[in-house]
Amino acid sequence: MPEMTVVEAIRDALHFEMARDDRVVVLGEDVALTGGVFRATDGLLERFGPSRVFDAPLAEGVIAGSSIGLALAGLVPVAEIQFMGFAHNAFNQLVDQLARVRYRSCGRFHVQVTVRMPYGGGVRTPEFHSDAFESQFASSPGLKVVAPATPADARGLLLAAIRDPDPVLFLEPLRGYRLVRGEVSDGDHVEEIGRAKVVREGADCTVVAWSAAVQVAEQAAEDAASQGVSVEVLDLRTLVPLDVESLVASVSKTGRAVVVQEAPLTAGFAGEVVATIQEEAFYSLQAPIRRVSSPDVPYPVQMLEDAYLPNPDRVLRAVLATLRD
Amino acid sequence: MTAERHQRDGFHQTEPPPVVRYLDQAGSLLQEPAPMPDELALEGLRVMLRGRRFDERCVSLQRQGRMVTLAPGIGQEAATVGAAMALDRRTDWFVPQYRELAGQLWHGYPLTLAFLWHMGHPIGFRIPEGVNMLPFQAAVAGQVPQAVGLAWGLRLRGDPGVVLVVFGDGATSQGDFHEAANLAGVTRAPVVLLCQNNLWAISTPQERQTASATLAQKAVAYGMRGVQCDGNDLFAVYATVGAAVERARAGEGPTLVEALTYRLGLHTTADDPSRYVPSEMQEEWLPRDPLLRLQAYLERRGVLTSDGLETLEAGIRQELAEAWAEAQKEPPPEPTHYFSQVYASVPARLRRQLASLEEG
Repeated sequence: MPEMTVVEAIRDALHFEMARDDRVVVLGEDVALTGGVFRATDGLLERFGPSRVFDAPLAEGVIAGSSIGLALAGLVPVAEIQFMGFAHNAFNQLVDQLARVRYRSCGRFHVQVTVRMPYGGGVRTPEFHSDAFESQFASSPGLKVVAPATPADARGLLLAAIRDPDPVLFLEPLRGYRLVRGEVSDGDHVEEIGRAKVVREGADCTVVAWSAAVQVAEQAAEDAASQGVSVEVLDLRTLVPLDVESLVASVSKTGRAVVVQEAPLTAGFAGEVVATIQEEAFYSLQAPIRRVSSPDVPYPVQMLEDAYLPNPDRVLRAVLATLRD
Repeated sequence: MTAERHQRDGFHQTEPPPVVRYLDQAGSLLQEPAPMPDELALEGLRVMLRGRRFDERCVSLQRQGRMVTLAPGIGQEAATVGAAMALDRRTDWFVPQYRELAGQLWHGYPLTLAFLWHMGHPIGFRIPEGVNMLPFQAAVAGQVPQAVGLAWGLRLRGDPGVVLVVFGDGATSQGDFHEAANLAGVTRAPVVLLCQNNLWAISTPQERQTASATLAQKAVAYGMRGVQCDGNDLFAVYATVGAAVERARAGEGPTLVEALTYRLGLHTTADDPSRYVPSEMQEEWLPRDPLLRLQAYLERRGVLTSDGLETLEAGIRQELAEAWAEAQKEPPPEPTHYFSQVYASVPARLRRQLASLEEG
């Protein structure tokens, strides 16, 4: 199996799927000529030509909105929003329109659309680029929200997203793009959407995370091990639909949980995870569940990023505090 | 550095083209030949009249508490019917806002579903298979990016279809309109953007909506043609949209058509226009009713007599009565109807929510 970074795995998935299915088209800002600002779409224009790979005008709303129309015409669009921070410009088309096509037409129409966007922060982007408001999409019925952490999952889940008959928001770990490497199955290997994965087994406490926070959780688990604490790390991989079964299974085993998110604390998706554990596994709990998140302040400029995002040390402290409870 | 790289071959338009008109208020033809034969014009009158009588009926039913808030198209029937008649139903798409029902009925949307839509039944949004139409869109201009994407996609797939997307004057202030018009220009998508300028966006008059001299001229910035036509003149709308459809089909790109019309009725049944419409404005527009004009033309041509008109009215009464009876036979939706409509297959979490709802 070849070793790739996350962004290489995404690019590989796009090449693979465009070759496999000639209905797949790619659109977004700067995705064609320069191959995307992170090079996720590099080589697609040369290989598949200008009738399948489009540099869109700089307008996220119409990138999302026209993707609906392209899908209605029988194509399978994979749209890129250049940074998640700009996705609010497309909010109406994503949440009010894309998510509801099947529902509001009573099933006459559905839209096989994937919207990719780099999610989270930590790579010193300018203001307004980095953000983590996945919970706003998670509370928009009709969308699926996928947030892989590793190259293998990025590839396998992107293939699944493109083939899903319903719209999928595909949140890519910005910090992991070039930092996280790993072995990736080539060929037609598709991961199932809606399945969490235990990425490290442990006995004392479950740390739940998604996207780039998974590596933060893994580092914290490593640090905890050196103090004799056994941490299980559960990578949700998909937020919607949430894999309640795996969540309950892990927390029932360990009896303790810490949920890590890059988003600010209030009304974040971690709150949904906590509420779900409380509903489904309350009697297994030996301590209150803790959350490690960014604080309730807007995403900061570069020099403050490290002080803002959850880090292994904060996760470790939360784990140890939970064990003391 | 010369300015050459900043100049493109895009569309330039300096002088606004004249407003397209065929019929004056007395029903005389202003230019020969008429763009459609008498027989088709008579059918156009019937379709317009059906839209009018449907709206009147629904407003009355709404007042009786039998229908939900609805937006009648009274006074705008020529704009929507003329545009719909310019399409080829087999290949072309009609993408509505919410005040285009008269035209949508011509394009294949069934009258029974129209009643159900106004009753608040979800099935009103289910466009029947084989009808090239998207559901009504209550988010102003929300449909325009989708329509442009659809048109672009049809062209990419080698499909001969053209997309007609309809919206009002208020929609031209929305970002969705501008983003979509820009993309249509760039991609040369086969789309006709039809703005029904009825001078009011609920209570906001045109001069508070835009400082632009016309809405049609907004097209110029997006590299497409912008034309105005008399929106209360069936022939003018039919000919103008028809020419735009032909150009789109021939690969010559999109057109913005501004149909100059007037909302003789309510914005919706929740609206009271007497709060903002000056009475002299209403009086000025009443005689410009698109039905009166076409009717006068057909009478002059000897195609329509008062008996003939009564026959049309009777036929429409019958058609409405049958559709209304049919609509009332439709069982109400199951309270759990929507669970199965959100995703292709119901996720486990949603299945559990359904189960808990059914348990009570």
